[in-house]
Amino acid sequence: MTFVDMLDKLVMYFHYPFVQRAMIAGVLIALCSSLLGVPLVLKRFSFIGDGLSHVAFGALSLSAVLNQVAIALAGTAIEGVLAVFVKNQMLLVMPITMLVAWLLLGATKRNKIMGDASLAMLSVGSLGLGYLIMNKFSSSGNISSDVCSTLFGSTSILTLSDFDLWMCVIMSVVVIAVFVLFYNKIFAVTFDADFATATGTRAGAYNTLIALVTAAVIVLAMNLVGSLLISALVVFPALSAMRIFKSFRSVVTCAAVVSVLSSAVGIVGSILLSTPVGSTIVVVQLVVFIVFSIIGAIKSKG
Amino acid sequence: MITQIDCKDLVLGYEGKPVTSGLTFQVNRGDYLCIVGENGAGKSTLIKALLGLNPPISGTITRAEGLSSNAIGYLPQHTAVQRDFPASVKEIVLSGCVGKKGFHPFYTAAQRETAARQMERLGITHLQNRCYRELSGGQRQRVLLARALCATEEILLLDEPVAGLDPVVTKEMYDIIKQLNDTGVTVIMVSHDIAAAVRYATHILHLSRTPLYFGEKAGYLASDAGRAFTDLSGGESK
Repeated sequence: MTFVDMLDKLVMYFHYPFVQRAMIAGVLIALCSSLLGVPLVLKRFSFIGDGLSHVAFGALSLSAVLNQVAIALAGTAIEGVLAVFVKNQMLLVMPITMLVAWLLLGATKRNKIMGDASLAMLSVGSLGLGYLIMNKFSSSGNISSDVCSTLFGSTSILTLSDFDLWMCVIMSVVVIAVFVLFYNKIFAVTFDADFATATGTRAGAYNTLIALVTAAVIVLAMNLVGSLLISALVVFPALSAMRIFKSFRSVVTCAAVVSVLSSAVGIVGSILLSTPVGSTIVVVQLVVFIVFSIIGAIKSKG
Repeated sequence: MITQIDCKDLVLGYEGKPVTSGLTFQVNRGDYLCIVGENGAGKSTLIKALLGLNPPISGTITRAEGLSSNAIGYLPQHTAVQRDFPASVKEIVLSGCVGKKGFHPFYTAAQRETAARQMERLGITHLQNRCYRELSGGQRQRVLLARALCATEEILLLDEPVAGLDPVVTKEMYDIIKQLNDTGVTVIMVSHDIAAAVRYATHILHLSRTPLYFGEKAGYLASDAGRAFTDLSGGESK
């Protein structure tokens, strides 16, 4: 395939609304997760993202149960209510994940997060339960493909509904606004929570805020890369940026740029090479990380 | 004499278990109070209580009017701050201004001016764009001191400010603290370094399960607790 052929193929694909939607959602999700990734990585909360994504997977499986209930109750008023949740799974998954995030980060005492063992328990617990429920209650004929796309996000980014896209846009605007408005507070609380509290900033409240926003981003990111690969979107841009840049502002800016570009390149790449979207993005992020590490090592020696 | 902090019959501890009790002392404007005592005597518990991070089990901490809870500039122990954090000196010093009342998403010109002034005061203006994690121990302490001064110029609470510093830098640090105290900043310092405490402080609080001594320095040197402690540390003086 020559370069011109590839360009033709791209132009053709970008005429399809589903590709345009995937691109918009992908870039926005990448931007949000990279912004949050910086404080999460610095607070040593990287694994929270992973844990929450498994919780989101478990919550998603519940919609299969609701679907069965809705069928059983066909004709009653409840069916209509349930149908809304079955159709727009995010309405169910988002609150559950946010609740768990709040319990994990916000409700426990300041700075005292759940031990890694209990977090691991929560992760595999929801993963196992989620898979069991999906197996038992799913109405779809091809369960393993369903599960696979939830875990690895193989196609779901390309099947976004208008509702999904709008949800994505609104949540992204909220996340970015929170990050910009509370940027200085987030820096102070992340750098030194004790000092921030002592000088009148409510560190606990900001931890809760970060937890809730993280949960929201993770649920959105599930569409893009699937629940197993979400940590990559959160962790990689921050880590890459920290190889080279040395002030908080430059790390945040670089992480955002790296994440948006990797995501765009990953989506385009997956179309051209017919590879799964999520894993392509993650591989691009990994390559960027390696390149940045090398540059960082050369810079610190030279 | 203006009393800035008045502690009465404090019992301090965690989850209802007392670590130290019967604490009564006052801090007046311009004092240089040094808190000494063995490990586990409740020094860090007292700091947390003064900062409002850990409320006392019983007793009262009264602050002077106009001295709100966020008017204590805190210098945490060296280890408490993350060493690999990507942040420039300027960003850290400015973050001392964050606690000011009300919702201000961005730093004001006045706050930037304060930060610049404090950096000048501590002689770190030339480092302002450097990365915190690349600085020496003494430079880091200056940065954190400038941050504390951005929060307030009323009272500084210093937790082991010279831990891990070499003797030359230690001396510099004590001189800086003394200079700040001379310009009217109240200093409360927790220290293991009894020799320095005796040299610089105006008041000493010697903590144990129950406080062994509180009062002016001259009285401390004559007291049993003071004699025992100064004799002890004499053997390891530098």
